Amino acid sequence: MRRQHRDTEFSHRKLSRRTLVVGGLQLGFVGMLAARMRYMQVEQADQFRLLAEENRVNIRLIAPTRGEIFDRNGVPLARNAPSYRIIIVPEDAGDVEEVIARLATLIELDPEELARARTEIQRTRTTPFLPVTLADRVDWEALSRVAVNAPALPGITPEVGLTRIYPRDADTAHVIGYVGPVSDYDLSRIEDPEPVLRIPRFQIGKVGLEAREEERLRGKAGAKRVEVNATGRVMRELDRREGQRGTDLQLSLDAELQRYVQARLTGESASAVVIDCETGDLRAVVSAPSFDPNLFVRGISVADYRALTNDDHRPLANKSVQGAYPPGSTFKMITALAALEEGLVRPNDTVYCPGHLEVSGRRFHCWKRAGHGHVDLENSLKQSCDVYYYDLALKVGIDKISAMANRFGLGIRHDIPMSAVAAGLTPDREWKQRVHKQDWLVGDTVNASIGQGYLLASPLQLAVMTARIATGRAIDPRLVKSVDGVETPVTGGGSLGLNENNLRQIRKAMFAVSNDRRGTAYRARIIDDAFRMAGKTGTSQVRNITAAERASGVINNADLPWARRDHALFVSFAPFDKPKYACCVVVEHGGGGSTVAGPIARDVLLQALYEGTPPLAAYPEADRNRIKAQQERLQREQIERAGTESGRA
Amino acid sequence: MSYLEYNVKSTPSGLSKVLYLNWGLTLLIVSVAGVGFLQLYSVAGGSLQPWAEPQMKRFALGLAAMLFVAMVPIWFWRNVSALGYAGSVVLLIAVELIGVEGKGAQRWIDIGFMRLQPSELMKITLVMVLAAYYDWLAPNKVSRPFWVLVPVLIILVPTALVLKQPDLGTAILVLAAGGGIMFLAGVHWAYFAVVIASGVGLVAAVFESRGTSWQLIKDYQFRRIDTFLDPASDPLGAGYHITQSKIALGSGGWAGRGFMQGTQSRLNFLPEKHTDFIFTTLAEEFGFVGGVSLLTLYALIILFCIATALATRDRYSSLVTLGIAINFFLFFAVNMSMVMGLAPVVGVPLPMVSYGGSAMLVLMAAFGIVQSAHVHRPRGRTR
Repeated sequence: MRRQHRDTEFSHRKLSRRTLVVGGLQLGFVGMLAARMRYMQVEQADQFRLLAEENRVNIRLIAPTRGEIFDRNGVPLARNAPSYRIIIVPEDAGDVEEVIARLATLIELDPEELARARTEIQRTRTTPFLPVTLADRVDWEALSRVAVNAPALPGITPEVGLTRIYPRDADTAHVIGYVGPVSDYDLSRIEDPEPVLRIPRFQIGKVGLEAREEERLRGKAGAKRVEVNATGRVMRELDRREGQRGTDLQLSLDAELQRYVQARLTGESASAVVIDCETGDLRAVVSAPSFDPNLFVRGISVADYRALTNDDHRPLANKSVQGAYPPGSTFKMITALAALEEGLVRPNDTVYCPGHLEVSGRRFHCWKRAGHGHVDLENSLKQSCDVYYYDLALKVGIDKISAMANRFGLGIRHDIPMSAVAAGLTPDREWKQRVHKQDWLVGDTVNASIGQGYLLASPLQLAVMTARIATGRAIDPRLVKSVDGVETPVTGGGSLGLNENNLRQIRKAMFAVSNDRRGTAYRARIIDDAFRMAGKTGTSQVRNITAAERASGVINNADLPWARRDHALFVSFAPFDKPKYACCVVVEHGGGGSTVAGPIARDVLLQALYEGTPPLAAYPEADRNRIKAQQERLQREQIERAGTESGRA
Repeated sequence: MSYLEYNVKSTPSGLSKVLYLNWGLTLLIVSVAGVGFLQLYSVAGGSLQPWAEPQMKRFALGLAAMLFVAMVPIWFWRNVSALGYAGSVVLLIAVELIGVEGKGAQRWIDIGFMRLQPSELMKITLVMVLAAYYDWLAPNKVSRPFWVLVPVLIILVPTALVLKQPDLGTAILVLAAGGGIMFLAGVHWAYFAVVIASGVGLVAAVFESRGTSWQLIKDYQFRRIDTFLDPASDPLGAGYHITQSKIALGSGGWAGRGFMQGTQSRLNFLPEKHTDFIFTTLAEEFGFVGGVSLLTLYALIILFCIATALATRDRYSSLVTLGIAINFFLFFAVNMSMVMGLAPVVGVPLPMVSYGGSAMLVLMAAFGIVQSAHVHRPRGRTR
């Protein structure tokens, strides 16, 4: 017992000792845990707080409202209209397929869109609170059917957004262009794209003014900070910063004139530009045929797109600024001015035109085989004698002619916010050496003197050239009249630095073109004394006339296939004594400038000057019946177009 | 010392025993459970459902179980220790055969009103049987190899069974608790030194073997270790839990983000926030102050157990109390280390706080034994 007692006592003391060891270890560990907690929650708290905020706060962009575009009188050309779409929140819908089936009995669902929606619903199964679009651009009627049946359609909600609408559809398609959803290609082209571009269905300008003025029209995206949970569900909005609406643009265009010109060009592959001689304001920039830009905003169907691209009149091309044509005889003013400014000829000097000119063994023909006989400056322009200009050009040389063309805005890319603005081409010795690695030939100069050969100019450039001839000032074209109500300053307008006498001679000759009985555009004259028109016809060949053909007689344009006929050009300004508008009309494969392009330019200028339908008294008596019928037809057409437009709005 | 030597007359009997309960310990347990209710209410978004209310009911049941166990004399528990151990081993084998799959491991037996985890039961019965063993064994034989081998086998049998489930975390806890009792019972230091040294050697060998022909553990197990060592290396995969847990804990700061204001738990960035990671939500909402308060409560429970153990002269009572304290300590120490990124994620709940029935019931019953040892401690001089 005694020994056992000592043993027990001993073992009890040992147990107590070891208990203290184990207890000490435990308390030590507890202290270590507390220290660790202190380190994380006190020393590193800020860092972890930041990480927690990053987890919870998400920044959602708010798409800005795009700036709208108006004409000079405030007529809307590009607007934002509400567009409705039907979305489904799978979580609220319960049986998604059942709800979709019920919806399909109410409104038409596009099978393609539906298939896309189904894939998206599958893909976002883990986040069933995210809405999926079932139908886009739903009309008001379908929308109300959905709204009325809302109780039977759980999870289905209509959503309203803004979409771009072009009320004047085809009239302004080429100038304004259109917007569309941002594509991967767009993103790849933009360096450091703004995050707003990644908003689904966000639309940006694709072509035309919409693309060139994208930055101003887009505005600044707003942002809202939202709290999200681990699966990305938005719990609440923390705060929001409203975006900045895009800038409104007012254009120099006159929507009514634009519509008239578009209607007047119907049926042709043509373009016309009307420019204000004082300010350079572009009153009408038209390319025909045109297309409905609204189709592109919605997403154009393959069939529609193919129809547009297969048309040999190329509706998608903006011929008025991106088309580059040989200016033909409309260039003769430049050749003449180059020679006059150099003092190499005087207006009254004559040249004998036998119908052709031999230059270094090659025969250059005048359009009139019989020749014009002795012609001075005025007669040469009035009758568009070619030999006179061959002669002038040989005296002046190409470099002077090219330099003069540049002063009138040819060969220079005008700075207007439209797509693919053509620079055209004013060739000279250095250019040919650089580009073709060939010496300039004297024959090249002869060709250039009458606007053929290498020369290229766009209708816009020719209109600017005409305005500069009419005023003697370096008018620059202006498309954007004001930005958010602030007038865009008029650039250019300084003197061209030419001898006013020479210019006056040229203008006088141009007056004769459309007012002298022997002028090439006499039939396209204006007889209203207040609005007399001066002009110049042009016909530019798109084919070479072979010696054999010339021998057997040049084939009449009407007998040629359409695509091989000459381009018809006409440049003009009016009124003659106080120029207000200059105009250029180019009708592709139209035949002759005098018969096709001249009358169009006359009608357009009269329409602009009278700010509406001109009185028949402005036309030559013989034409009045025909003009009356034409005016009535065009008015009917315009009223029809206005009808479709109000239907859209 | 056999139970006949207890001074029966001086021990309380009948309902008066309730007065002799360790009320300090009881209060601590209720406080910890209260913290649990509060946090379960919070993580449910300010609702008693689905967690807080069932937990309260279970706690009430646990409290009743504790009282019942406490009323039964400690010598009864000593006598049924071996039986309990044997029963637990049988259940562990049964769980292999008819167990319910939970998270890819067989751990549960469905016994109607609750799911029983035999490994939980084993933690306590192992402590009981070892305490009974060392109570029976003459103190001078404790360090003799044969008498060391016997408890080692008693420990290794359930450890192997738990490991097979597979539940590495619990296996290590069982091993540690068993080793703890042996140490307390007075087994010679040298044995532990050898075991610890070879354990360290084994870990080193495992790491050395990586990528060699004699690789000791599987690749995915290595990856799990990698993730533990650097959770940021796999922020969306396995490291996600621990990364988010650390963010939540750290962002709590000194005083916390406020009750039910923890963004990490409220917005579900925190995984398993009502079970294994509940301490994180506490630390997020109540900060360092809240975290240390709970840690203090836990430490006090350990201290009360140690005090109880030291106060009794009954060897069985001391050992079983200390063993239960070790188990309790391992529970919260491993859980907290885990959520603080100090230990790999092993799925050990926070005792008395995490949502879960069987673990809490078993723990409450174990505290019942501690209470019983306290109520029925030898009084007066027995020499």
